[in-house]
Amino acid sequence: MITTTSQAVRVRGLRKAYGDVTAVDALDLDVDHGEVVALLGPNGAGKTTTVEILEGYRHRDSGEVGVLGADPGRPEPGWRDRIGIVLQTSGGLDELTVDELVRHFRVYYPAPRDPDEVIAAVGLESKRRARARHLSGGQRRRLDVALGILGSPDLLFLDEPTTGFDPEARREFWSLISSLADGGTTIILTTHYLDEAEQLADRVGIITAGHILAMDSPARIGGRDRDDVVVRWLDEGEPHSATTDRPTALVTDLAARFGGEVPGLSVDRPTLEDVYLRLIGHDTRPDTQHDTGTGGHVDERPDDRSDGPTLEATR
Amino acid sequence: MSRTTASAHERSTATPSPDRTKPSTLRIAVARTILETRIYFRERDSVVFSFLFPVVLLGLFATVFGGGETVFGEATGGGVDFARYFLPGMVAAGIMLVSFQTLAIGIAVERDEGTLKRLRGTPMPPAAYFLGKVGMVLLTGLAQVALLLAVAAVAFDVPLPGDAGSWLRFAWVYLLGTAAGTVLGLAYSSVPSSARSASAVVLAPVLILQFISGVFFVFNDLPSWLQNVASVFPLKWLAQGMRSVFLPDRLEPMEVSGSWQLAPTALILSVWLVAGLLLCARTFRWGRKGDS
Ligand SMILES: Nc1ncnc2c1ncn2[C@@H]1O[C@H](COP(=O)(O)OP(=O)(O)OP(=O)(O)O)[C@@H](O)[C@H]1O
Ligand SMILES: [Mg+2]
Repeated sequence: MITTTSQAVRVRGLRKAYGDVTAVDALDLDVDHGEVVALLGPNGAGKTTTVEILEGYRHRDSGEVGVLGADPGRPEPGWRDRIGIVLQTSGGLDELTVDELVRHFRVYYPAPRDPDEVIAAVGLESKRRARARHLSGGQRRRLDVALGILGSPDLLFLDEPTTGFDPEARREFWSLISSLADGGTTIILTTHYLDEAEQLADRVGIITAGHILAMDSPARIGGRDRDDVVVRWLDEGEPHSATTDRPTALVTDLAARFGGEVPGLSVDRPTLEDVYLRLIGHDTRPDTQHDTGTGGHVDERPDDRSDGPTLEATR
Repeated sequence: MSRTTASAHERSTATPSPDRTKPSTLRIAVARTILETRIYFRERDSVVFSFLFPVVLLGLFATVFGGGETVFGEATGGGVDFARYFLPGMVAAGIMLVSFQTLAIGIAVERDEGTLKRLRGTPMPPAAYFLGKVGMVLLTGLAQVALLLAVAAVAFDVPLPGDAGSWLRFAWVYLLGTAAGTVLGLAYSSVPSSARSASAVVLAPVLILQFISGVFFVFNDLPSWLQNVASVFPLKWLAQGMRSVFLPDRLEPMEVSGSWQLAPTALILSVWLVAGLLLCARTFRWGRKGDS
């Protein structure tokens, strides 16, 4: 840690266009040292373009960019030693085994991690001797992650790192990332998995059309902490629910009414996905009435915008 | 959470190994040479179509045209048999295949598949990458020449030069030809627009050059305008230089110019080498076209 700058990443007014497509438009971003930031946004929002400008791969049209105190367009010697990169797509090196690749890439770094530990950390022990060509999609992705963290970077970029991971591998990846973050690594990741962002990120940024729409902790983004809350409970076996902005009062009421434990009680804030969809303009938060059955006590939730398309483009 | 997760958690927070010294470019270049050579011999295409190809062709020529016939028999009082006549051409072609063809195709594929982009994202010095390619070309090229000469000598009784002067000449022609082929291969790798088209885009000129440069045919048999075209490119000079090494001096008057032309050979190969270097420096890209 030789840097003295206050932030790991500082971006002001970043702009990048491809022909008439503006991929990144007046984007500002601040990432503190040791912070984990997740960038969310629909396909084509400009996440990869932004991240690859920070990594020094792409040129910007305008704006200020500082990454670990340097301009990635003109990196200082030693800058790359401190940066780890997992690209959104990266192929090649098919004929080499996991072991050979990890051991070889180690040579590039002044202070690499132990290759066996890295291979174990990404769960590829049983594939050490397999050539990259013969790895499954998810295993290959894990190899990418292994090569990205190998140099024990101060700043780690992960562009959709868990694409193709099975659920267990994803959990293991999360704990790996958490441990890196605990160790002080600054992490910028993009993802389409909102649970992943919620699990890992200190802050999430939502990008659309090359611009950051909202940036806050997963619990507070888009006013999520102040949003209406759905309280559900059972009364003589019948499901009931209520939507309220004062859940504590309601639960206290209910507790008094039942004289203690409220049967089947749950208190749900809107999920990150609800907030995300609302922010990017497709509010599809399910109407609480659908879940409650008949005869319950229902406060109708104002149905502000439920006109989202039924067939969302998904990756 | 599973056991592996727990251990991953403990391990990855462990402090990295203590030596914070930056690895030297030379050390990385050596590691890359080993890696590149390993990849080369693991890819069946490169082994068959660049490493073994000249050996197979030599065997083919020697067998098909064998049977006591000679080249320039009447004019030189005895001439040489086909195996001996074609050996220098095959050595020259081998140099071009191992340097130019291997690099032009290989790097085009590495660029398209994102290997170069991945490398560029690490602290690997670019010089180490290029030196690794040079090292790989030298290792595979020398192994190929050794195999070619051994096959020629053992299977086809081709006499090899015995004097130090010839081998010294071989050394500079070989090194200059390999150097030019290497930088031109690096430069030409930017021409194919995708990995899929790389083989075709590279093989076509390689094949044409072999036909017109006196590798497959006796150079004298070509029409003179084709000889002139070939004289612009390095392979003709490389093949002629190799003939000066492996053919007896009594065949020197049979050259189109009547001489081995060693000085022009050195000059023209050097010009290509410098031109290739300049071209590389100006055009080498780590990403695909339009990527940045
Ligand atoms: N090299 C390029 N040439 C031309 N247009 C590009 C290039 N790279 C990106 N774009 C365009 O810029 C926009 C942003 O692309 P980008 O890859 O940054 O999106 P993204 O947010 O990473 O999307 P995804 O979630 O699908 O990965 C898109 O409209 C895309 O078509
Ligand atoms: Mg992307």
